[in-house]
Amino acid sequence: MLKDITLGQFFPGNTFMHKLDPRVKLVVCFVFIIVLFITENLAAYALAALFIILGVKVSKTSPKMLLKSLKPIMFLVLFTSILNIFYIEGEVLVRFWILKVTKEGLMTAFYMTSRIIMLVCATSLLMYTTSPISLTDALEHLLAPLNKVKFPVHEFSMMMTIAMRFIPTLIEETDKIMAAQKARGADFESGNIFARAKALIPILVPLFVSSFRRADELATAMECRLYQGGEGRTRLNVLKLTKYDYVFMVFSAISFVLMILLNVVGI
Amino acid sequence: MEKVIRTEKLTFTYSAEEARSFALRKVSLDIEKGTFVAVLGHNGSGKSTFAKHLNGILLPSEGKVYSFGFDTSDPENLINIRRNVGMVFQNPDNQLVATVVEEDVAFAPENMGVPSDEIRSRVDDVLKTVGMEKFKKHAPHMLSGGQKQRIAIAGILAMEPNVLVMDEPTAMLDPVGRKEVMATIHRLNKEKGITVILITHHMDEAAQADRIVVINAGQVTHDGTPREVFAHRKELLDIGLAVPQTVEILDELGLKDVALSVDECCDILEKYLKG
Repeated sequence: MLKDITLGQFFPGNTFMHKLDPRVKLVVCFVFIIVLFITENLAAYALAALFIILGVKVSKTSPKMLLKSLKPIMFLVLFTSILNIFYIEGEVLVRFWILKVTKEGLMTAFYMTSRIIMLVCATSLLMYTTSPISLTDALEHLLAPLNKVKFPVHEFSMMMTIAMRFIPTLIEETDKIMAAQKARGADFESGNIFARAKALIPILVPLFVSSFRRADELATAMECRLYQGGEGRTRLNVLKLTKYDYVFMVFSAISFVLMILLNVVGI
Repeated sequence: MEKVIRTEKLTFTYSAEEARSFALRKVSLDIEKGTFVAVLGHNGSGKSTFAKHLNGILLPSEGKVYSFGFDTSDPENLINIRRNVGMVFQNPDNQLVATVVEEDVAFAPENMGVPSDEIRSRVDDVLKTVGMEKFKKHAPHMLSGGQKQRIAIAGILAMEPNVLVMDEPTAMLDPVGRKEVMATIHRLNKEKGITVILITHHMDEAAQADRIVVINAGQVTHDGTPREVFAHRKELLDIGLAVPQTVEILDELGLKDVALSVDECCDILEKYLKG
């Protein structure tokens, strides 16, 4: 069961969206989220929705997958919209007992909901079309200026890569340890929440011990392969902006400016 | 013959206080270019400790180790030594760094600052050498143990080393994986002329080597061709090493010959039985 976990949520493909430079996708996604938060306008949000639908179409992502990614946040969305509907003061539309629904409340709830949904859709789209390794690569490039203030950017991205590399290995190991403990009569399925949490200790301890041993061996292996930190390192795959990236950047920029304009004009 | 590795009275203790517990004691060895050397010893004999000295992972407590004439105890030499003396370990899982096979193989040349185009050609080359070119876009955790170990070897070969030190590379593999890895190592030795130092406790792996060095309790007890070393069956048994079955059967029969392969053993037996 644990084995079926995929690394990130990447779906390999060869579409326009997949070919884009991860740095461009990351920045566009980030700016998109900012624009979403500074605008509050129906037309602008319609445009944003169109932008996402276009992205889904171009990347050939199945809309079902996207809906699935929304599932875990449904509760949060519901909760915030209910709070917003009842607690915001303004022009009262309906009133019963101590609760009242205001027009402003309804509007805020609507904006809040669409904002969160579009935010999740945009980041999911990014994750679906970008492999984890190119994402960390992009992060390393984008954060490079932070090197000047002594932030260890390369080390950070190396850590991310190694973590991703070892997630499946550690999951496999957890499976093995669990099976071994079960074979000796350990019980993970019954009892209350405390009993179950306590039952996890015999899994976590060996897992930690072996992780440290792995880390030690990996460090030696990396030294044998001449790893000396980020300085003077070259890369197998160099990130390069192509015409696709420029097209995408211009298109996104126009969309975002349009969204902000719509918001300012207030249609 | 050119000597690629030379140890002079190499002595090593893991803790300075217990100076008496030597992991290695006065090991002096010369290893010639292009040879296939098997280092034999049972668990705790010091054979892995010996391997780790060859590229400066461990430094001698006393004595000297020279790899390609470079003294391993001088930190200035380490980069030069390590790019020439590649090292492969037991557990393939703990040697792979990246989430994509080709990225992992590229790790060492990336560290060396090789230009991107050349990294690309090196990666393709070494993946072909270990027979894994079809898997270059795969994730390592989806591969079998033998395949992972071959990727680890490819990752080392990408540095273009002259010596390959293998610390029990087949210990965690199934028989199929073992065969794949051993075939790869032998091919590298024969075709590319890479010096191989194989640390092992599998007798049949050692039997295929040019030279066997037996280490027990931190000291070299035997050193010679497989024929010479396996002739001392009793002594090897005393230090916990069993000789290959082909050698064992002839010894039990009281024959002086040493057979390294099943065919050879059959021929000798045939001659013996016909009188």
